[in-house]
Amino acid sequence: MSGAPTLIEHNRVRLALHTLRSADVAGGPDLLLLHGLGESSPVEVPAFAAAWPGPIHALDFTGHGASTRPTGGGYTAEILMADADAAVRHLTTTSTGATTIVGRGLGGYIGLLVGGARAEQVRGVVIADGPGLSGGPSVPTSQPVVRVEPVDSNPDPYALVELGRDLRPRDYATAFVRLAIEGSGLDDPVTVTARFRPRWLQAVVEQPGVAEAGSIAEALARYHG
Amino acid sequence: MIPQLAAAVPDARAADREYSIDAGGVQIALHEWGDQGAPVLVLAHGGFDFARTFDTFAPRFVDAGWRVVAWDHRGHGDSAHTELYSWDADLRDASAVFDHVAGRSPVPVVGHSKGGALMLNLADAEPFRFRQLVNIDGIPSKRPIPDIAEHERTKMLAGEITGWLDHRARTAGSLRKPGTIDELAERRGRMNPRLSTDWLRYLVTVGAYESGDGWRWKLDPSMRFGGFGPWRPEWALMKLAGLGVPFYGMLVEIEEAMGWGTDPDEVRPYVPEGGRLDVIDGAGHFAHIERPDDIAGRIIEFLGTPA
Repeated sequence: MSGAPTLIEHNRVRLALHTLRSADVAGGPDLLLLHGLGESSPVEVPAFAAAWPGPIHALDFTGHGASTRPTGGGYTAEILMADADAAVRHLTTTSTGATTIVGRGLGGYIGLLVGGARAEQVRGVVIADGPGLSGGPSVPTSQPVVRVEPVDSNPDPYALVELGRDLRPRDYATAFVRLAIEGSGLDDPVTVTARFRPRWLQAVVEQPGVAEAGSIAEALARYHG
Repeated sequence: MIPQLAAAVPDARAADREYSIDAGGVQIALHEWGDQGAPVLVLAHGGFDFARTFDTFAPRFVDAGWRVVAWDHRGHGDSAHTELYSWDADLRDASAVFDHVAGRSPVPVVGHSKGGALMLNLADAEPFRFRQLVNIDGIPSKRPIPDIAEHERTKMLAGEITGWLDHRARTAGSLRKPGTIDELAERRGRMNPRLSTDWLRYLVTVGAYESGDGWRWKLDPSMRFGGFGPWRPEWALMKLAGLGVPFYGMLVEIEEAMGWGTDPDEVRPYVPEGGRLDVIDGAGHFAHIERPDDIAGRIIEFLGTPA
């Protein structure tokens, strides 16, 4: 990791965006890594990204890593999508091209959301195995109201509880695939390497515009250009 | 309070007690009307409203013998502005309010709009807190799907999402737009077209604050009307069907911007056994403000003697 993270603002939260490989080292397109639930950004370029021809960045989501831990919870996948959007917008201002995203677990789901929402700024999303991939049920259930004791370090327990059980209906997830197809100009804007496939992800895999790959490195090779 | 504006709404009564509780680090403002020793009745306000919007409604229940308790949802009224807002967080804050005013004893609850839907959800998650539940135009039903092509629907979704993301990108450190009392009342009147100007001006004095450049609504500027997400409105009906306490639901005849356009025929099959659903003729989404005597009277009769 090269130096202190860049702090970017998302409403009242300061997000830590780490540079794992700078544009001085590699001048190609940006790669953004999104970690899994309860994780934080890696401290060095992961082996799967070694062949990536451009700068590599990693975002700590709200309540994770070096980003702000909010008071009193209130996490949703959509808030984390806005975290990722803040990072993509920041990268768009510092480079010329679109950003490719690799997400582990929860980060894969968030990558799908932002890849659909900001299809013109995102050049391909790779969904990989990792914590928080499944999320909660695809239909509502009776869920308890949970209060947790405050902690003095990340990850925020509210993030673990609330993002570990967020609703992920299949047709909601597939709507973001359609958005990515219509806005990205790519034939296959989403590539899935995850071997564990909860219902939302199985529905995504069955959509046109979604490819499968045996490894993250193989998936990334599809988006080098 | 500005005396001449308060005088224009003679049946409005400020809360007798106002204080905050610490709900997991979030300061939640409570407002109480009536004798502290009287039986508790909880009121839950709607989205973009605040507890003091009950200033004409709550006193009717006080006069019937209740101690009325309402709270400002996080980001609303006098409660704290937080980094995050969500349905789960609102439920958690509500649960803390119930703990404070009623312990784990059941109490009657009246919710309006979002507050009604929130209480339906809480009654499913924590049924031991409820003795009776009244819902005023806060039961969502399935939204009619517009007859348009799939790619047009996708485009509409894209517009909603990018609009929301663009809003979030702008809100760091932002403030609500300042104005005079009349300007804020006029702005709110666009969303509350059936409420009187006197009432809207009164609301400014209890729901906004004055600073050097004018009045601003207390509502967190990061909040925004509309939205999107995985939740489908009709899923609330599953919670309704499972209620185990006496239920009285009210829908309204007249649709308006802040209402949910609920179809009573969609709701009736889910009303729990023994429950009651009325459609209030000639009333809009804020029926309890338009016709406080009528709506409070119906509810007082439903609740029975305070106990």
